[in-house]
Amino acid sequence: MSSIAAAAPAKRRKTWTWLYFLLPSVAIMLVFFIYPILLTVFYSFTNLALTGEAAKELNFVGLDNYARMFEDPTVRSSIWNTLVFLIGSAVIGQQVLGFLIALLMKHKNRWFRRIIGTIVLAGWVTPEIVCALCLYSFFGDEGTLNAILQSFGFSTVTWLYTIPMVTVILANIWHGTAFSMLVFQAALDDVPSEIEEAAVVDGASKWQILTRVTIPYIKDTIMTNMMLVTLQTLGVFGLIYAMTGGGPGTSTTTLPIFMYNQAFVNYQLGYGTAISLLLLLIGIILSLFYIRSMKE
Amino acid sequence: MKNGKKLWSAATSLVLCTTLLFACSSNGGNNGGTGGEGGNSANAGTNGNGGNAGGGENAGASNGGGTEGDAAKKVITITYRDDGIGEKGVLFQWIKAVSESYPDKSVEIKPTPIQASEGDYFAKIALALKSKDTAPDIVTEDTFILNSDASAGYLEPLDDRLEEWEDWTNGSFIEAMKKGVTASDGKVYGVPYNTDSRGLWYNKTLFKQAGLPENWKPKNWDEVLSAARTIKEKLPDVVPIWMNMGKATGEATSMQTYEMLLYGTGERLYDDATGKWITKSQGIIDALSFVETVNKEKLGPPLSKVLNGQAGNTASREYLPQGKLAIQLDGSWITGNYLPNGAAPWPEYKDVLGFAPMPTSKGQAPGSITLAGGWALSIPANAKNKDEAWNFIKYALNKENTQKLVIAAGNITVRADVAKDPGYTEMPFNGIATEYLQNAEFRPAQDKYPEVSTQIQTMVESVATGTSPEAAAKKYAQDVTRIVGEDHIVEK
Repeated sequence: MSSIAAAAPAKRRKTWTWLYFLLPSVAIMLVFFIYPILLTVFYSFTNLALTGEAAKELNFVGLDNYARMFEDPTVRSSIWNTLVFLIGSAVIGQQVLGFLIALLMKHKNRWFRRIIGTIVLAGWVTPEIVCALCLYSFFGDEGTLNAILQSFGFSTVTWLYTIPMVTVILANIWHGTAFSMLVFQAALDDVPSEIEEAAVVDGASKWQILTRVTIPYIKDTIMTNMMLVTLQTLGVFGLIYAMTGGGPGTSTTTLPIFMYNQAFVNYQLGYGTAISLLLLLIGIILSLFYIRSMKE
Repeated sequence: MKNGKKLWSAATSLVLCTTLLFACSSNGGNNGGTGGEGGNSANAGTNGNGGNAGGGENAGASNGGGTEGDAAKKVITITYRDDGIGEKGVLFQWIKAVSESYPDKSVEIKPTPIQASEGDYFAKIALALKSKDTAPDIVTEDTFILNSDASAGYLEPLDDRLEEWEDWTNGSFIEAMKKGVTASDGKVYGVPYNTDSRGLWYNKTLFKQAGLPENWKPKNWDEVLSAARTIKEKLPDVVPIWMNMGKATGEATSMQTYEMLLYGTGERLYDDATGKWITKSQGIIDALSFVETVNKEKLGPPLSKVLNGQAGNTASREYLPQGKLAIQLDGSWITGNYLPNGAAPWPEYKDVLGFAPMPTSKGQAPGSITLAGGWALSIPANAKNKDEAWNFIKYALNKENTQKLVIAAGNITVRADVAKDPGYTEMPFNGIATEYLQNAEFRPAQDKYPEVSTQIQTMVESVATGTSPEAAAKKYAQDVTRIVGEDHIVEK
């Protein structure tokens, strides 16, 4: 009895200490994340511009920037490009490839794991811009790929201009797969071997074990990883900008590129901030979708 | 237990969601933040100085005293665009030479270049000018954006100072060139240091090989295209005609390509009489059709070369000197590359190159067309040492120093006294480029022009990559309408 009474205030005190420790990071989040987000929301209702009369006088334009997004065909094509890039490079590319690599590495010897792991990780530790330049020189007109083709007697292809979206998707897969691989490696290691052995005893094929035992067991990890990779990919800017600049035409203009172009090429910061909020909205919708499907 | 784990991961994911996404967006927010404040202080600056001429002087003095002390040298920073060649660049060399001979040794002249593509330079300049912390003392401004930056309150009006400068008032500067640095409020915001004209550069050796006249003077667009077709047929390895057609080449695409074509049809971008932007005309379709023809018949360079930011340099520094390009629609300045200390020295250029005027579409009067632009030195409203900056500008843009710059850069001078100087006139092509200026048109002196110009670039690139002229023109009309407002457009 008395022990319960003593435990209650102790617990409450514990909650408060927890809060004290959290305070610095909350303060940092407020200043560096929440404040800019609120500012972004504020500016998205104005005609803020980089130069010209509008740069001098900030005016509220109500929902003009948002109305404009609905009329602008480039917004539609940018959303489409973003989704293609997202599904191609993150959901299918990084996720599936990362899972396959992790699966193939399971139960292999230490050296094999180390060597393959290091090679895949090389893409992940390379800074985005270096990665973009590497792949630009790989796919470029006088790049490595064309040099290889030529040495085998094939004619060269202007990869960055004939299939620009494919090149940036491949670049992002190359850059990001290691992350998914690491996540899945950890998850697969957690799958108890007893369950798999039990399935073998029950006469399950390898495919059945994979689809009926392993994947359901790590479903939560798959969803969490999917969400992380999705959000990372939604915001990719440098990679695409350095490789194709969003072109040719608007064929690789994703929302971040479009936002940059509106804000810093067309000098319309107000419109640019409105687009960044659209991007956030898409991120939130996708996250909610993932969280919902995790709960089921 | 399992539920708690799920909740925890959901919460972490949400936090990560905002964090990762806003790693990208927070930049925009932050920039916007400084922007708002910068805009205000820029405002205050202009008002104060506009009210009394002495205001700037006082501010300058107290600033200098407060931050550096009297004994220390004042540093005057000059910002210009470095296209990647660094200390070999003409402007860097010129600033170095001029500051060495500058008599006032109490100041130090410091070049603070911005290394950027042509398009990015103006955005970076605008951001730098917004704040007192980042504004240089002198900035090089392209005349097309000068009016816009002046409207934004980024620049210092120079009228009071110019009145007391003899060179400005005694006719040393060509009167027409003062128009380029006068904003829509009638005030002068910069001292011009060069201008340029545009036309068709062609390689006479290649023309001879293809059986075309070495003294080429096309009368209309068809003759330009047929010369290009001949080159393609006779010399399949040579690029027949190069025009900037990408968004990445920024203003070069708008001015050297689209406006040269559009103005050649007799149409204009902006109707001065009504004060409205022209969003629909046969001229727009004709100009875009020319771009379409060049690309459909593969008379132009490969798109992978022309749609990136280095396209202009690739053409003038590599393709043209190496005999891989027959015709280049570009500015008079490209010969600056070929001088002994230029980016691509080419001693034979005087004999190999020809400079033909760009004909009007059907050869209608005045027969040929050119657009003139140019650059100016301006003082930002947020500059710390305005008086010292002004004194240096007066020295740097006197006859002798202007002449050095325009000769080294291959530009056309804006000073009448330099134009008469034998040292200037003996430079190849200077005479001919100056002659083209007689039919020169200027870009609209409207503060919306830079924004309209980026729509032009989008339109031209989309046609180059396969969109039909009609569809591209329609999108242009929508975008321009949105920028300037429905009351400020007219269809022809």
